[in-house]
Order: sequence, then C-alpha cells, then structure tokens
Amino acid sequence: MIRLEKRPAPSRLWAYLTPVIAVFATMIAGGLLFASLGKDPFLSIKTIFYDPILGEFAFYYRGQLLVKAGPLILIAIGLSIGFRAGIWNIGAEGQYIIGALAGAAVGLAFYPMDARWLIFPLMVLAGALGGYLWAMIPGILKTRFNTNEILVSLLLVYVAEQLLASAALGWLRNPEGAGFPGSRNLRQYESASNNELILGSGMHWGVVAALIAVIFAYILMSRHVMGFNIRLAGESPRAARFAGVNPSRLILFCLGLSGALAGLAGLFEVAGPAGQVSIDFNVGYGFTAIIVAFLGRLHPVGILLAGLLMALTYIGGEAAQASLGLPSAAIQAFQGMLLFFLLAFDVLTNYRVRLAREVST
Amino acid sequence: MTALLSLDGLTKAYPGVGANDDGSFAIKPGQVHALLGENGAGKSTLVKMVYGLVRPDSGTLTLQGTVFQPNSPQDARKAGIAMVFQHFSLFEALTVAENVALGMESPPAMRKLAERIAEVSTAYGLPLDPGRLVGDLSAGERQRVEIVRCLLQDPKLLIMDEPTSVLTPQEVSILFETLRKLQSEGTSILYISHKLEEIRTLCDEATVLRMGRVVGACDPRERSARDLAEMMVGARLATPTPKAHDKGPVALRLDGVSLASANPFGTSLKDIAFDVHEGEVLGVGGVAGNGQDELLALLSGEQTVARDLIQLNAQAIGHLGSDGRRALGVLAAPEERLGHAAAPNMSLIENAALTGRVRVSLTSRGFIDWAKTRGFAEAIIEGFDVRTPGPSNPARSLSGGNLQKFVVGREILQNPSVLVINQPTWGVDASAAAAIRQAILDLAAKGAAVIVISQDLDELMEISDRFAVLNEGRLSTPRPAAGLTVDEIGLMMGGAHDMQEAAT
Repeated sequence: MIRLEKRPAPSRLWAYLTPVIAVFATMIAGGLLFASLGKDPFLSIKTIFYDPILGEFAFYYRGQLLVKAGPLILIAIGLSIGFRAGIWNIGAEGQYIIGALAGAAVGLAFYPMDARWLIFPLMVLAGALGGYLWAMIPGILKTRFNTNEILVSLLLVYVAEQLLASAALGWLRNPEGAGFPGSRNLRQYESASNNELILGSGMHWGVVAALIAVIFAYILMSRHVMGFNIRLAGESPRAARFAGVNPSRLILFCLGLSGALAGLAGLFEVAGPAGQVSIDFNVGYGFTAIIVAFLGRLHPVGILLAGLLMALTYIGGEAAQASLGLPSAAIQAFQGMLLFFLLAFDVLTNYRVRLAREVST
Repeated sequence: MTALLSLDGLTKAYPGVGANDDGSFAIKPGQVHALLGENGAGKSTLVKMVYGLVRPDSGTLTLQGTVFQPNSPQDARKAGIAMVFQHFSLFEALTVAENVALGMESPPAMRKLAERIAEVSTAYGLPLDPGRLVGDLSAGERQRVEIVRCLLQDPKLLIMDEPTSVLTPQEVSILFETLRKLQSEGTSILYISHKLEEIRTLCDEATVLRMGRVVGACDPRERSARDLAEMMVGARLATPTPKAHDKGPVALRLDGVSLASANPFGTSLKDIAFDVHEGEVLGVGGVAGNGQDELLALLSGEQTVARDLIQLNAQAIGHLGSDGRRALGVLAAPEERLGHAAAPNMSLIENAALTGRVRVSLTSRGFIDWAKTRGFAEAIIEGFDVRTPGPSNPARSLSGGNLQKFVVGREILQNPSVLVINQPTWGVDASAAAAIRQAILDLAAKGAAVIVISQDLDELMEISDRFAVLNEGRLSTPRPAAGLTVDEIGLMMGGAHDMQEAAT
C-alpha cells in the first residue's frame, strides 16, 4: 500500500528537484501524446526543447527566447510577491495593456521631437504608473469595500481591452496610416523606441528590467522587513496582524507593485517587439505569467528559470507546428502538462511516500 | 474481570521525534481510566491509534477478546469507541442537530434526531436545545454537543481529551456526574488530563506515560497530586515560589473601554476598567469565549481604541498599534500558538523576528539582520529550555509545551514593562507549566506588570496577586487573590450556566 506521510519540515532537496522531474515527466507524456498523433516523439521533443537553443536556426530563435521571457518574468515577479502574501492579482494582462497605452501615449505626444534622454524615461515612468493605477482600482476597492481582488482585477482586463481597441482605432491611431487601425510605429521613432541593445540577442530594456526585478525581489523577500511581512501575511494572517502588519497597506503595496511591473512590461513591449498600439497587441503574457510564477514556486530565481522554460515551449512549440505540422492544441496540452506535473510532484516537497506493509498482527 | 480493551506493545515512530514505544495497558469495562503524561509523552498518539487516526507500526489492540485493527475513525466508532477531542470540530453557523448529523454515517430525519438529542442530553444532565446555532453556545455547551454526539452512538468506550479546560468548577462537577452515570451503566472512559486533582477524584486507575513509554500504573485515589506529577515527570518538581517584592506605582490603566469584537461570533468587551501595578500579577479568570481573545487584542494593540482609554505610566497609548505598544514595552502572548503567536510553517528564527524586531532591534534601515535574529532565537531556546533540534525548524514541528515556552520566552526576553499572556499553560505539560509560571513570577519580581488570562483557576490562584473574572465581556472588579475560595470564584464566573446535575 502506498501512503503519504507529512514531513515534519518541507524538504529542500525535493523543492529543487520537483521542477526538474516535472519537466522530464512532461517530455515523456508529451512524447506519448505526439506519438499518438503519428509524429516522431523524439523529433518533436527535440524540436521543442533543443532546436531553438542549439539547432540549425537557433540564431533566429535565441533572440525570440529573451523577447518572450522578458515580459513573462517581469510580470511574474510582481505577481509572485502578491501571491506570497495571499493577494491574488489575476488582472496583470489588463495592467500590461494600460501600461503600454500610457507609455505609448506619452511617447506619441512628443512626436516627432528628438530628445531620447527625456522621452524614453518619461515613457517608462508613464508605463509603470499606468499599470500601478490600474491595479490600484482592485486595491482600493478591496481595502475600502472588501471586494474580491480576483474578480475585480480580472474583469478590469476586459475593460482594458476595450480601451486598447478604442486607442488603436481612435485616439492613438496613426494619422498618416491611411485609416488602418494601429498607432505610429514606435520602433521607427528613435526617441521612443525600445530596440535591441545587442543585435540578434533579443535583449532590450524590458529584459534588463526583468533581471533587475529578479534581484530586487530576491533581496526584498529574503532580507527586507516588507518581504518578511509579505511572507508572514501569506502564511498566517492573524500572526501578521499580531506582528503589527497593516493588512490594507500590504494589499496596496502588493497590488501596486505587481501592477507597476506589468505596466512596465507592456510599455517595453509596445515600444519594442510589438512596435505599435494595435487591437491585438496583448497576447496573454499577463495570464501566462501566473503559470510562470507558480512554476518558479514564487521564488525570484525560480521564476527566472520558469520564464525562460515557458518561453522555450512557446518558441519550440511554434517551430514544431511549422516544421512538423503538430496542431496548436497539442502544444497547448503539452504546456498544460508541465503545470500539471509540477503541481503533482509538488506533493513530494511536503509529503514522503511510504510503501507500507499491512501492520503485522 | 476481562479487559474491554487492551493495548499490547503499541509502537509508532515519527521521523525526527520519538513518539510511542511499547505502550501496553488494559481498560476494564465500566472503568474510568486516566492516561497521564507530559506533553509529547505520547498520550495523543496512543489515543489516536485506538481511534483509528494513526496506524501503529507494531503491537496489537484487543477489543473484547478479539484483535482490533481500526483503519479509520469510522471503524473505531462501529466498534463502539467514541472520542471527544480537546479542540471542538463544530460549525458555528449550523445548529446543534445539524452538527450532530454531520458526524453520523446515516443520520436519521432531522426532527427525529432532534428528539433523540433532547432525550439523551436530558437523561445525562447535559441539556441542549437541538435547534440553537452552535455559534451562540458557550464553550461548556459546545462540549456538551460533542459529548451528546458520542453518546448517541452508545459507545462502550468514551475517550475524553482534556475535557475540563473550558469549564467552570460547577460545570466540571456536573460533567463528572455525567461520567459517573455512564460508568454505572458499564461504559468505560479513557480520560486524558493534566489536572491531577480531577484524576484523583474521578478515575479508578491511571497509566502514566513518559517519553512514549508506559512507566507506571497506580490507583490515583491513593496517591497525592504531587506523587502523580513526579511519576509523570520522572523527577522532583519545583513549586513556583513567588519572590517577595513591593508593589510599585500603576503601570497600566484602562478607563471603561468598550470594544466590539472583530469576530461575528466573538464577545464584545463592555466597559473594561482596571489598573495593574508594577511588580504585580493580575489574574483574569473566566470560561473561554467570554471575551478573552478580545481583551488580548485590545491590550496587544491588534485592535486600537481612543487615545486616552489605555494609559501606560500615565501616557495615552490606546491609539497605538502592536508595534507602537511594543516599542513602549507592552508585550503580549496570545492563546493560539500556531497561527497567532507564531506562524506554523516559518522557522523559529523567523518567528523570533515576528515580535522581537522592534525591541531587540533586529532590523537596520528596513533590513532584517538574520544573524542577530538567529542569536535571539537561540537565546530563547537556551533560556527557556525549548526542546528542538535547532532554530531553523518550523514552529509547527515543536510540541505544544515547547512552542509555548518559546512564545513566552520570546516576550519575556524583551524586558516588557507590561506583559499580557492568554492561557500561558494551556495544553502544556506539568514541568513546562511550572517553568512558565516561575518565569512569570520572576518577571513580576523584576518590576514588570503581568496580566495572566487563564481558565485554569489553580494556576491563577498560585501566581496572581489580584484576581478578576471576565464574564460576557465584562470584567469584575479585581480582588486580592489570597483568601478567595473556589466556590466564590465559580459564582463570579457565572455559576453553572443553568445546568442541572445528572439524575442518578
């Protein structure tokens, strides 16, 4: 009989080991899935995990890796801090859109002035502020009226999408765009562009910001009183109150921080890889970042790795769709398996498996 | 007479801690059998093995001559074993009858069940209205719900884990009548308690556990409480000795504070007024649920009131939160150790920072000095004999008594000028309890004002200079503790809450 026995303390070894096991289990189960679809499982797995980094066309994919991982990591870092405190911001997608809109609006307001030293920093500030304010709506509603931040932040995503559409079709539309929807291309506006810092690397300011956020979050959570309060509130809200933590301030801090980081990610995206405000500007980074945050077990370094891994499955998945003709649903199922196995193996961190015989009589 | 239940060589090992090792004893039909032992001695584990919650690694249980292997509490209940836990598992928003029905495999129709509850509860002198919400019941009445729930199954063996910790003296004597009536009908009772006087009045036989082993059996009626305690601890006990000291000026004064409870089923405080002097221990008695948690929240700063309503050395502090009061020396140790006084999954180091960071100055410019915090945690562990493999272990890995020593030690080592403790020795073994009481007395002798909120009257009488009772959110005027009789105190606590004794 197999029994689970609670460990007296969570196992550190297993906390590090389970993500690795989960990735391997996903490869096996995914391979079986692809085989059942009539594709060579080994080739499929190789196309997803190996080719984008070391394959023949890796020079193209490698840049994509950081472009995709950057926003995921930046948003996930912000979300993870709230999640550690038990504050569930599900609306990062909306904060991402509003950050992009605010940043782009500031940049376009200066068009065609030539002053990068002024305009780009202002856009960065506006992006962060836009996301921050959008996240303050669920924050203030929660602290004032005790509303549920999950619902409010999620519903605000759809409001943000409407604002995005109205901007792309109306107030931010390119006046020289022959009536097509979409703003001017910020990449072609030197003072507002967030182009690659090293050609072909995919490294842009958003990726730099993501790396800074990782370090900042690590220090915050492990050394600073605020990080301690956040962890305490997540572990045991009553003990946090007893320790003198003000729950309202904590809620506003966590939502504000995650909103600002999501807004930043949006700004860097709109001024860089995306280039313009368009109706279909958002592609779900804000939601995928929730998965990244948990995949990285809400730990900054884990999130860094999880963001890269998630980006890899996206890029590899696209490559597999293109070269092997795998259906996109199979790729999505594959990504879902990753989260599923991670959560399943997570049990081993807190429990040990015992193969116990019946008690002898 | 053959035994109803015999336990033979039951062993259960837990990783990291020794739990049970070769527990053997027998319970005879119609016997009230006491299980005595310090916290962590393995009483709970042993009982959980009988009740099917924990499977033994080896050893056998024999119930009425046949081997008994309960895989779950359902098995145990089918075999006629019922248990009343120390912590009630009741839903406050449901009625008595609904709560009872929840614990049954196939509950009868609600009206029939309500009749049965009324019938059984009056027969055993535990009157209950099946239609009332559990949230509106006192702790004593909630316990009756648990007991009646067990009695409906007609148990052959009733296990009771620390049943009297929430009762007034009068309620205790009524409970004992009920248990004696059950005993006279042939039901055996396994009675777990650390209150030795109770065991001496109630039980026919006692089995003493120490460090997971059965170390002795005796007839508790023939032994003194001190003998029993020393059997339990395996060493001679030191009685706390109050040091002679003079009462200083007023340290803390409350001027008629009323405060609505933050909890919908809590008790609001009404017009609380008292003062406590430097070097004095003020004992606050009363049955649980009469405003104890709220009083602690009021004093700790978890709930704030108007500025002038609370004064520390004539300085208004009512508006200050926990951190502000800590900085001035008003410290508190709440009753709920896991989840209020300490975060269960966090290490002892982190838990040391939980309250210590203000006064021990464990932070600099917003950053926590973990090396210094570890030092503080180690000082607590060493100074208060907290038994743990090390300060990196999570709080939940400690036994109740050890964690309580840690929590109390954490506050005392911060040199409080006023210390408020709710239930300092609840669920704590005799030697740890003695150590905690001694620490409280030593602290008062050094000039601190100490407020001890407790349901253990013996404890309050032992350490208090003055004594007051919290009843339905009101605090009686403090009276000198010396010379108060248990009967007087019981009446101050509101008597027996309209209970009647079991008809025998």
